Amino acid sequence: MNEFFFGIYPYIALSVLLIGSIARYERDPFTWKTSSSQLLRRKQLVVGSILFHVGILVIFFGHLIGLLTPIDLFHALGVSNEFKQTLAVVAGGIAGVMALIGGLMLFHRRWTDPRIRKTSSFADIAILVLLLAQLILGIGTIFVSVQHLDGGEMVKFMTWAQKIFTFRAGAAAEIADVAMVFKLHLFLGLTIFLVFPFTRLVHMLSAPVRYVMRPGYQVVRSRRNPAE
Amino acid sequence: MKVRAQIGMVLNLDKCIGCHTCSVTCKNVWTTRDGVEYAWFNNVETKPGTGYPTDWENQARWNGGWERTKSGKLQPKQGGKWRILANIFANPDLPEIDDYYEPFDFDYDHLKSAPEMKAFPTARPRSKITGERIEKIEKGPNWEEILGGEFAKRSEDYNFEGVQKQIYGEYENTFMMYLPRLCEHCLNPACAASCPSGAIYKREEDGIVLIDQEKCRGWRMCVSGCPYKKVYYNWSTGKSEKCTLCYPRIESGNPTVCSETCVGRIRYLGVMLYDADKISEAANAPEKTDLYDAQLGVFLDPNDPEVIAAAQRDGIPQDWIKSAQESPVWKMAMEWKVAFPLHPEYRTLPMVWYIPPLSPIQNAAEAGALGKDGGMPDVSSLRIPVRYLANMLTAGDEAPVASALERMLAMRAYMRSKTVEGVVDVGIAEKVGMDQRMIEDMYKIMALADYEDRFVIPTTHREQVEEAYDIKGGCGFTDGNGCSTGISKGSLFGGAKKPLKMPSEVM
Repeated sequence: MNEFFFGIYPYIALSVLLIGSIARYERDPFTWKTSSSQLLRRKQLVVGSILFHVGILVIFFGHLIGLLTPIDLFHALGVSNEFKQTLAVVAGGIAGVMALIGGLMLFHRRWTDPRIRKTSSFADIAILVLLLAQLILGIGTIFVSVQHLDGGEMVKFMTWAQKIFTFRAGAAAEIADVAMVFKLHLFLGLTIFLVFPFTRLVHMLSAPVRYVMRPGYQVVRSRRNPAE
Repeated sequence: MKVRAQIGMVLNLDKCIGCHTCSVTCKNVWTTRDGVEYAWFNNVETKPGTGYPTDWENQARWNGGWERTKSGKLQPKQGGKWRILANIFANPDLPEIDDYYEPFDFDYDHLKSAPEMKAFPTARPRSKITGERIEKIEKGPNWEEILGGEFAKRSEDYNFEGVQKQIYGEYENTFMMYLPRLCEHCLNPACAASCPSGAIYKREEDGIVLIDQEKCRGWRMCVSGCPYKKVYYNWSTGKSEKCTLCYPRIESGNPTVCSETCVGRIRYLGVMLYDADKISEAANAPEKTDLYDAQLGVFLDPNDPEVIAAAQRDGIPQDWIKSAQESPVWKMAMEWKVAFPLHPEYRTLPMVWYIPPLSPIQNAAEAGALGKDGGMPDVSSLRIPVRYLANMLTAGDEAPVASALERMLAMRAYMRSKTVEGVVDVGIAEKVGMDQRMIEDMYKIMALADYEDRFVIPTTHREQVEEAYDIKGGCGFTDGNGCSTGISKGSLFGGAKKPLKMPSEVM
């Protein structure tokens, strides 16, 4: 069971994420969008959306860097396990609460505002529920983490993630004995990866960073001077 | 000099009767779909009024268009690139749908399905978004139709800037005019500049500004970027949409739907040649009253041999150059100077221009004592204040608008003298700086307004840039993904890819 959920399921989820996203971007670019509902109702969106997005971004990059950076690199930089664990708990905790408050505002708006409710798809509501549950689980792990600030548990997750991403055997065994709340958090996270290509979450892949690199402001297109 | 061609439009407001035929035919063709019921690519507003969406002209509120910063840089008024990205989670300048109106339909079925009742059955309104009952419709796309509503509200019209407006609330002094509006297909479009995805582009060959529906991600910065509020967010597809200047019709040499169906024959379409190298300088003129003249400076004289040579060098087809020479837009904007851009102070260099309307002389009681300028009424005594028109068309500079109105009055006086009294009074033409040929040409194009004189549209030379064979078996226009061949060069799943040539970015 442990082997399936944390040794095999990650590859299923990541494969669907990768192939699904490529296929959707390539075959149906018209559906690739943020699905903003700000036009229909501004109330609760401005504060909710900013809190949610800023919180999520901090958490996302925190997890990305925290899990996938080799532990030896942290040590080489003079970052002790204890310090890293404390930083993760504090920064992750603050960002998690921000994202949770923002997410709850967005959910309340989506569920109770007739305009937003009527124009929401099943996926719009479901993904928000999944994210909120994941946030609650994530904040829940903090209460376990503060009981062992030496960072030992954290290193287990780093090893697990790095083994998964480098295709090494025995990843699941690394986290066989961690607390249940962590396992649920991992499982739900992988599930969010799995459904990613079928939801509005894809908009994060087209974060418009190229905009700041565009020469000038204007875009002109021509049939006469094809780029090739 | 980098010569480009643009299909420009002029609307002769002097002849607009406010029938909304343009709006309705446009809507029937383009925006009867889910998510854009509230959107009118073309709408007609009664002025003075706050318009649709409410108060759209007030950029202190909406931050649309461009601004010249203190250091003399030109940037979107809603902020530079970093600022726009910082606002991406929640756009502070985005209107809500209630600023346009909540789209509605009526329970027509009730009229025939109602049981026998004492009172006549009625068709009550329902929201097109939620499907729920609307007890009272509070707003619509032409809510101020023919001065509907109280003056206190309508007088918030931005064009009253610098006008003593109280007296125009009095019945005896009231005035009105119609303002049909559509996308301006600007030379310096603020919507395209604000689009983080780069989905909005201006076509090099005819200047039409379009939104690539497959590249739009719904960041909705274009909606707030456009000072004319002519980019609409489709809440159903999550993509922005706008007036396409009916490009499939334009490409085949036909006028846009709004122009074709215009009952008053007020719309003109023609080619303007412009110098693309001068755009950024013209849009960045230091004073806002300089902007009208600056835009005139961007246009190139199609009869100038140097311009013709440069146009040929830059690949403008011969028939486009010929059309530019016969362009009614060139004549009205450049030769007669009777047409003006809408709100040049937004620095977008708009390409849908307007001929200001004449209006009845101020007051019947004053008519006898009216200031007459040699047989012609003085334009300052027209019912619509010149300052009001100037605020709309020349950033407040009254002289060009007054001159245009004088020329239009002169045209009437000249033709009346010619046809009623049989006297050709060249003096009338000369008084307003025109000659006999010009004023008669003006009469032919503006008063008679034959179809061929109104629409001088060369066809697009697709044959020069694509193989007709590749388009065979194509599926035309669909809403959504019907036609998409995907975006990668090769096919993901094997098989030959249709060699459709899409326009590519050149700037």
